[in-house]
Amino acid sequence: MPTFAAILKNIVLSTSFKLVFTFIFSLVLSFSVSAQDHDNGHDHDHSSHEHDEHVDQHLSCEHAGDHGQGEFDPGATAFHHIADANVYSIGPLQIPLPCILYNKNSGFDFFLSNKFGFDRIGHGDGHYAYKGYVLDGGTIRLIQDVNFPKEKTSIKGIVHDSEDNAFVCMGDQMYPTYKKSTADFGLFGGGITPFFDFSLTKNVVSMLLVVLLLSWLLIGVARAYKSRQGLAPKGSQSLIEVVFAFIQDEVAKPFLGKHYMKYLPFLMALFFFILGLNLFGQIPFLGGSNVTGNLGVTMVLAIFAFLVTNLSGNKHYWEHIFAMPGVPKPVLAILTPVEFLGVFIKPITLMLRLFANITAGHMVIIIFVSLIFMFSNNGTSYVGGYGTAIASTALTLFMMSIELLVAFIQAFVFTILTASYISAAIEEPHH
Amino acid sequence: MFLLADFSVIKPDFGLIFWTTIIFGLFWFLIGKMAFRPIAEALKSREDDIQGALDEAAKVKEEMKNLQSQNEQLLQEAREERAGMLKDAKDMKNKIVSDAKVKAKEEASKIVEGAQREIENQKNVAIAEVKKEVGAMAIDIAEKILQKNLSSDKDQVSFVKDLVGKMSNN
Repeated sequence: MPTFAAILKNIVLSTSFKLVFTFIFSLVLSFSVSAQDHDNGHDHDHSSHEHDEHVDQHLSCEHAGDHGQGEFDPGATAFHHIADANVYSIGPLQIPLPCILYNKNSGFDFFLSNKFGFDRIGHGDGHYAYKGYVLDGGTIRLIQDVNFPKEKTSIKGIVHDSEDNAFVCMGDQMYPTYKKSTADFGLFGGGITPFFDFSLTKNVVSMLLVVLLLSWLLIGVARAYKSRQGLAPKGSQSLIEVVFAFIQDEVAKPFLGKHYMKYLPFLMALFFFILGLNLFGQIPFLGGSNVTGNLGVTMVLAIFAFLVTNLSGNKHYWEHIFAMPGVPKPVLAILTPVEFLGVFIKPITLMLRLFANITAGHMVIIIFVSLIFMFSNNGTSYVGGYGTAIASTALTLFMMSIELLVAFIQAFVFTILTASYISAAIEEPHH
Repeated sequence: MFLLADFSVIKPDFGLIFWTTIIFGLFWFLIGKMAFRPIAEALKSREDDIQGALDEAAKVKEEMKNLQSQNEQLLQEAREERAGMLKDAKDMKNKIVSDAKVKAKEEASKIVEGAQREIENQKNVAIAEVKKEVGAMAIDIAEKILQKNLSSDKDQVSFVKDLVGKMSNN
């Protein structure tokens, strides 16, 4: 059946699709930029406010450790909930996770994040500093001052200056902290700092759980095929077989032809990994880990796709990139840079598409839930609260069913696009 | 403090990149080897089995058809053979009868011929004998005549008449 795959290939490779995607991507970017602008504006007030009191640091640290005083901010709540963390939070319940931290001064440190003494029911703010680290809203930060006590030290709290700058309050002193090192090269406000976090974070733990679950399921199915040879599939076998056969027959075979067996494990791993994590993030009351909605994760997957594609590229593929046959030299001067950029843009679109879709899904659900708190005026308006609760539950249910669909579609799209890129790379000349 | 939380998911964390690489890499390698490949192979072999069974069934059906037509042909042949054999037998019978007839006719004509020849021979023998007898009688008569003195003509004539009478009596 080549029709389905062919149609999809056409859609995916058509210019209109690219246009639409560019539009969506620019929307996402402008959204994030405007959100940051908003935050900045907000913070400017705050920081200037703080600057006024900077003379008396005692005052600025006075509210440290207090929660729920400020106005409810749905955007910030959403950002917090989709973010990775060094605690596993299920609702207000905080579960400690192992920390593997590195900083240039003291090297590697291994410990469990309950060393920070956060409340089990709370926001994941640690009451202690340990080895110069503090826990701020579930995220570990490093105190810049190398002379800060390394042993478990009680702190008063953490206050924030601008967007991402946190200060630890201890006694009368305010200690600035480092952000984690991020691989965005300063593009999104991150960058390399002296502090690296290799902890088993919430996302890593979710990934491990999902991978273990998938492994158990898939190996069980593989065993069933061996032990039940010649018998009709049964149980989980029938469940996996439908999905497996779909990816094999609609993605791998139509795109890769006779080479499909070589790339099948990669495509299947991609599909099941993404699908498993997409679905895991959708399960209510299980932490709602936003793993595939994290740019780091989708970046790794896209890099794998990039490597597999380009390492299996044949002469024909490279020829079409650097010297498209039958194209005059002056046109090549324009075409070759475009084609060369395309090599990198393809995995970048893979990375952004998955990230944007899953993050957007998580955020929409958080915003719908946040509506309840906004309309109830932090619990003062019962009518607003209960009314919105009913409406937003319905909306959330609707959104979650769509997200369920998105979970499958995005896993499928990532896989089929990767297959199409590989297919372009291994295509034999046919003229 | 959520108030100032930032959009951190867009900042790829080195730790997460590191763990994702390891976990996905292991998943790809191990599960590819332990599950995806075996499943794909099992599906393929099952597909081949089913295709094989279907092909086999079609082949058997075709063979059955062939066999049936072969049987029909054999029956037809047997029938034809029987008819042929009957015809041969009839022909043989007719031939034998006609042969026998011809032979009988030949034999009969041979016998008749033989008889005729015998008759001819007998006749010839009889004639010869008569001739001989007549000769002898003539001699006898002549003798007798000669012995009787044929004095007179009258005697001679009566004598000859007597002789001839004797002869015709014979």
